[in-house]
Amino acid sequence: MKELVVISGKGGTGKTSLMAAFASLAENKVLCDADVDAADLHLLMDPDIKESHDFQGGSTAIINPKKCTQCGLCRDLCRWNAISEAFKVDSIECEGCGVCVDFCPEEAIDFPIKTCGEWFISNTRFGPMVHARLGIAEENSGKLVALVRQEAKKLAEKNKLDLLITDGPPGVGCPVIASLGGASAVLVVAEPTVSGLHDMERVAQLAAHFKVSGMVCVNKFDLNFDQTEAIEKMAKENKMTVVGRVPFDPVFTESMVKGQTVLEYVGNSKIRSSISEIWLNIRNKLVL
Amino acid sequence: MIISVASGKGGTGKTTVATNLAVSIGSDVQLLDCDVEEPNAHLFINPVIELNQKVYTPVPQIDEEKCNFCKKCAQICRFKAIAVIKETVLIFPELCHSCGGCVEVCPEKAITETGRELGVIEIGHRNNLAFAHGRLRIGEAMSPPLIREVRSYTRSNQLTIIDAPPGTSCPVIAAMKGADFVLMVTEPTPFGLHDLKLAVEAVKLLEIPRGLVINRSDIGDDGVQTYAKMENLPILMEIPFDRRIAEIYSRGKLIVEEMPEWKEKFIELYRQIEEITSQSE
Repeated sequence: MKELVVISGKGGTGKTSLMAAFASLAENKVLCDADVDAADLHLLMDPDIKESHDFQGGSTAIINPKKCTQCGLCRDLCRWNAISEAFKVDSIECEGCGVCVDFCPEEAIDFPIKTCGEWFISNTRFGPMVHARLGIAEENSGKLVALVRQEAKKLAEKNKLDLLITDGPPGVGCPVIASLGGASAVLVVAEPTVSGLHDMERVAQLAAHFKVSGMVCVNKFDLNFDQTEAIEKMAKENKMTVVGRVPFDPVFTESMVKGQTVLEYVGNSKIRSSISEIWLNIRNKLVL
Repeated sequence: MIISVASGKGGTGKTTVATNLAVSIGSDVQLLDCDVEEPNAHLFINPVIELNQKVYTPVPQIDEEKCNFCKKCAQICRFKAIAVIKETVLIFPELCHSCGGCVEVCPEKAITETGRELGVIEIGHRNNLAFAHGRLRIGEAMSPPLIREVRSYTRSNQLTIIDAPPGTSCPVIAAMKGADFVLMVTEPTPFGLHDLKLAVEAVKLLEIPRGLVINRSDIGDDGVQTYAKMENLPILMEIPFDRRIAEIYSRGKLIVEEMPEWKEKFIELYRQIEEITSQSE
């Protein structure tokens, strides 16, 4: 089985819109939304949820005031300043390390496992999809990313499907790192701006760091030709394959408003031919 | 006063708003770019950097002479960063959250702490605008401690503008907590609206007053406007889609410098924020 992970470094480059367009072209695949922090793919896929499961991340400390003698040891040990002078734990600050729990001489601190989100297996008009929703202000997004990818792989194996297309998170930190391990290839969707170039270089370095082979496409390439060329040059310097360019076009937003992928919305156009060509190049690269 | 500029969805114009706002105000203001995974503000500000400093987080190291392989360190670690197999202690520094539990629990005092590099902090200025940002090391997973380090450069006697990372989880919380106002930037599309709702819920949890900037305000649909009304979320500024603005941004230039008529609008935006925060005090 092959897994293509679509990432971007910078947000808002058109990662999810293009990933959804590929979903409408690809056959025999499972879709996975690993941007669990701000998942948007479902807005285009209109998933029919078949299974939903709680995601249990870490634990949070809770002080039992009946047992607490206010000795202050927990406050001394806590490196997150998560325990107030009134001996209440700020659940947003609590890292879930459990040090206070283990050292409390009165055993006055409980450490219940938190439900930090939900994950789903759904059917869509383009095939099965695994997606998730991380709770607001929660931690452990990397864990949830790893979980949805693992479940998507299981689902593909069960249904004898040979491709997994994963919508990855922005940035280069914990959730992105969790979306790269074991991937067959990443596609970086870049935009031709100084920020786009800067951020693309950092994700290119990240892909190289984790030894995942990389491809690059430039979205909205006609907004700035110089930056488009700079991105493609940098891609080649980082041994990444340039798979194509997509022009700027308001149909991306219009199709999103209709809840459709861009290829369902447009007829024959430059958008269709450019995305089809990119998908063909990706297929060749993945040897599908 | 601390204004944190956040969005939920990436690419909606946080950095555009944060940089143009900071430059429009001009003096007695500092800009802290806390989007340490992909910091971009410096590309528009072009600050003179005066200080470049590596930032470390503590991780354990074992003195094998003192260790008697009792496994207490591996048992206390909730992050699986220490494993003891027979007479070998394995440390996985990239999994360590720096809680210090292993140091405390070790009966032989065999554990001390060394540093894992999180990234760098750069401090500088452009004219009277003070600037700081963090840059997460490639391969490093944990951004919140580096964000907190950037925020430690907050000068309480000045206006501080924070460019926050996208999303709604721990890095964003680290960039918003303790702010006096959260300026949310969105675009009026289904993705923009969906992620804005999540971001608003996070700001509510922190109980911080908030307002909205709608970027590319004439594309998409009216979902964001309807939601803002329902939530009593004041719309403080609208920036219409303009190919000129997109091109100015693509070249790393500031709107207020290339289209000076925008400077007044950003100053007015600040005036409205001041009014809202003075009422909520």
